[in-house]
Amino acid sequence: MSTATAHAHTEDHHHHEESFISKYVFSMDHKMISKQFLITGIIMGVIGMAMSIAFRLQLAYPETSFPILEWLFGSKWAPDGHLDAGYYMALVTMHGTIMVFYVLTAGLSGTFANLLLPLQVGARDMASPFMNMLSYWLFLLSSLVLLSSLFVETGPASGGWTIYPPLSALPKAMPGSGMGMTLWLVAIVLFIASSLLGGINYVSTVLNMRTKGMSMTRLPLTVWALMLTAVLGILSFPVLLGGGLLLLFDRGFGTSFYLSDIYLGSAGALEHTGGSPVLFQHLFWFLGHPEVYIIIMPALGITSEIIAVNSRKPIFGYTAMVISLLGIAFLSFIVWGHHMFITGMNPLLGAVFLVTTLIIAVPSAVKTFNYLATLWRGNIRFTNGMMFAIGLVSFFISGGLTGIFLGNAALDIQLHDTYFVVGHFHIVMGCAAIFGMIAGIYHWFPKMFGRMMNKPLGYIHFWLTFISAYLVFFPMHFMGLAGVPRRYYAFTLLPEYNVWADVNVLMTLAAILGGIAQIIFLYNFFSSIFIGEKATQNPWEANTLEWTTPVERIHGNWPGEIPTVYRWAYDYSNPAYEADFMPQNIPDEHSAEELFEKNTSVDPARKDSPVRETADFFTLLRNWFKPRTV
Amino acid sequence: MKEEVEYSGVHPKKFSLWLLLLGILMLFAGLTSAYIVRRGDGNWFDFPIPTVFLYSTLIVLLSSLSMWFAYRSAQKDELGNVKLGLVITIILAIAFTLSQYWGWTVMEEEGLYFVNPKEGEKVSASFLIAIAAIHLVHILAGIIFLISTYIKTLNAKVHKKNLLSIDMCNTYWHFVGLLWVYLYLFLYFAPDF
Repeated sequence: MSTATAHAHTEDHHHHEESFISKYVFSMDHKMISKQFLITGIIMGVIGMAMSIAFRLQLAYPETSFPILEWLFGSKWAPDGHLDAGYYMALVTMHGTIMVFYVLTAGLSGTFANLLLPLQVGARDMASPFMNMLSYWLFLLSSLVLLSSLFVETGPASGGWTIYPPLSALPKAMPGSGMGMTLWLVAIVLFIASSLLGGINYVSTVLNMRTKGMSMTRLPLTVWALMLTAVLGILSFPVLLGGGLLLLFDRGFGTSFYLSDIYLGSAGALEHTGGSPVLFQHLFWFLGHPEVYIIIMPALGITSEIIAVNSRKPIFGYTAMVISLLGIAFLSFIVWGHHMFITGMNPLLGAVFLVTTLIIAVPSAVKTFNYLATLWRGNIRFTNGMMFAIGLVSFFISGGLTGIFLGNAALDIQLHDTYFVVGHFHIVMGCAAIFGMIAGIYHWFPKMFGRMMNKPLGYIHFWLTFISAYLVFFPMHFMGLAGVPRRYYAFTLLPEYNVWADVNVLMTLAAILGGIAQIIFLYNFFSSIFIGEKATQNPWEANTLEWTTPVERIHGNWPGEIPTVYRWAYDYSNPAYEADFMPQNIPDEHSAEELFEKNTSVDPARKDSPVRETADFFTLLRNWFKPRTV
Repeated sequence: MKEEVEYSGVHPKKFSLWLLLLGILMLFAGLTSAYIVRRGDGNWFDFPIPTVFLYSTLIVLLSSLSMWFAYRSAQKDELGNVKLGLVITIILAIAFTLSQYWGWTVMEEEGLYFVNPKEGEKVSASFLIAIAAIHLVHILAGIIFLISTYIKTLNAKVHKKNLLSIDMCNTYWHFVGLLWVYLYLFLYFAPDF
């Protein structure tokens, strides 16, 4: 019998068949991991959006009873269909956490870095497929831990997604500070581990595993954006980890890093003294600000690629695009103070943060103008992906402009903690990034699933989402200018805000419309996986390497040799060629000869020298920027 | 599927390690910055760092030497010396761990605890212990790394032509050692500024 099993095993091995588990569950193939990230991200996105509709209902109709809320959250959190005030805060906190970390960080860069980095740089897989798999599973575990906090007796964390102490540091401060907060912290520690494993992998893949000819200056902008995003993650998440550890010490052991003299109604005067809650804000926002660029940069990279492909034009100002990404990445580390202008910061320091913040407008504007210049007089193809990419540009402009208001320390004193801030970041970071993500899904769906998504449904999805997003978030700016504070459960006791009641109703109805639009998207996405039109090899006639792989997924990406790269990624409508695109792997007649000659001349001095396993840092640095030839 | 991939000089795994070290560096940059910011706020008790931590520093420097000796021996294919170097490094690493613990007990005798209820100015002691403890976690990870490299050496998987694992171990160990030297100097000089 044992021989028979052994025989069966060898048979199996011979055919290279992947079992269900190794193909779909514990997959180490980057394309499958990217789908896992995407679908987990979509599920988290649905939950996050449903929460937002629940609390929007509360804001629009504070005195109406919604039996559906009682059915959903139980009679404890929504007695008689009225949302409990503490639970409102919990929903806001969970909505923020889910959207910022789980959808727009892991869902966005996890999906597209996994899918695109190996395919676009020409690698068989990630630098470490195992670490990649671990990254996904830690992310899933972290998602489950976070969601499990919805079911604990005291409810989920409710001190805001920024978890400022003392609410986060004292388990007895309010119901959400108890078990829910502990689970939140555990979830984020797992998330940081997942994000670091992923990020390290992404950077090493891009820097070490590019195919022949793929110099840094030939990389598609998606790769630049995703790589710099990963670098930001590696540099900023550890600082949050440090801040979080000190918070855990305060919470668990009774140290006073962040806690000052406090009197709690339930526990009397506490023994903590001398701590500084502002210190936590410094550590948090040192992550928090790069984090918003971790969210937006992949979306910007995706947009660069989609706009160039569908305008049939080279991206305008490739070098400027790369430099502006580098500029944004660098500046993102020296602006965190603009989240803390009203913490009693030294005005001189505030002025420094003000200046660095406003400088970010420069690279951002460079990107915006380059998008517009790429679109200008292009042969635009309005694919679904293109619509969403242009939508991103719209949101990036309108949200970016309000950022200039908030970056001013003096104006921020008025606008801080009002709906102006909510409107600003939802447009510039929420909507822009989600539009980039959806653009990417429409554009690369054929690569992921070998089928096309339904185009008419895509247009309906786009227009409903675009209109509803502006209807929800644009009025918030006016409310904020009038001083309406954020994070209030109801304004019924503040008659001066009554004038905004109708606006709140409009925003809620628009949010529900946006929710319905996403249902259309979900239907389109999941049905197209099975019944969508079969995709062709290169449906968008794009230049990048991912469209040279076979439509059917194979482990290792290319059946034969990895293609060699002979040109940059944006040779569209080049008058020198007949076709309006020229894939990166097709050589010019002249350059092919050149490469061939180089191949034949071997430096005799180097011929017999052994391959060095290690190289010094500067050799490495030089090699990165050297165009690699055959 | 396996094919010769030409890397630009450095193995992707080692490169990944460098990125990880960069992350660890940022963790401690964050913590020591927090120290500076909190100290700048006032209500802060300055005390000289106990001498025990100087012994820690010397131990960790010695262990870097023995690690270097092990790595050099691997390059020269002197496998006996590799094992010797690794064992000495592991012993010194454990000695470092004990010396850290000793340092904390010395602080305790001076009334400097990790948790100082009602004595907010002694958060300086909490900072020192927190930073040292978080660093110690990285040393413990390093000990696991050293032991796994030692086991590989016993299985003859570390030699002149297979240097990757000992190379990475070497890099990590020098890094956490130098990290402690930085932290010691930081904590030594911080009270004087």
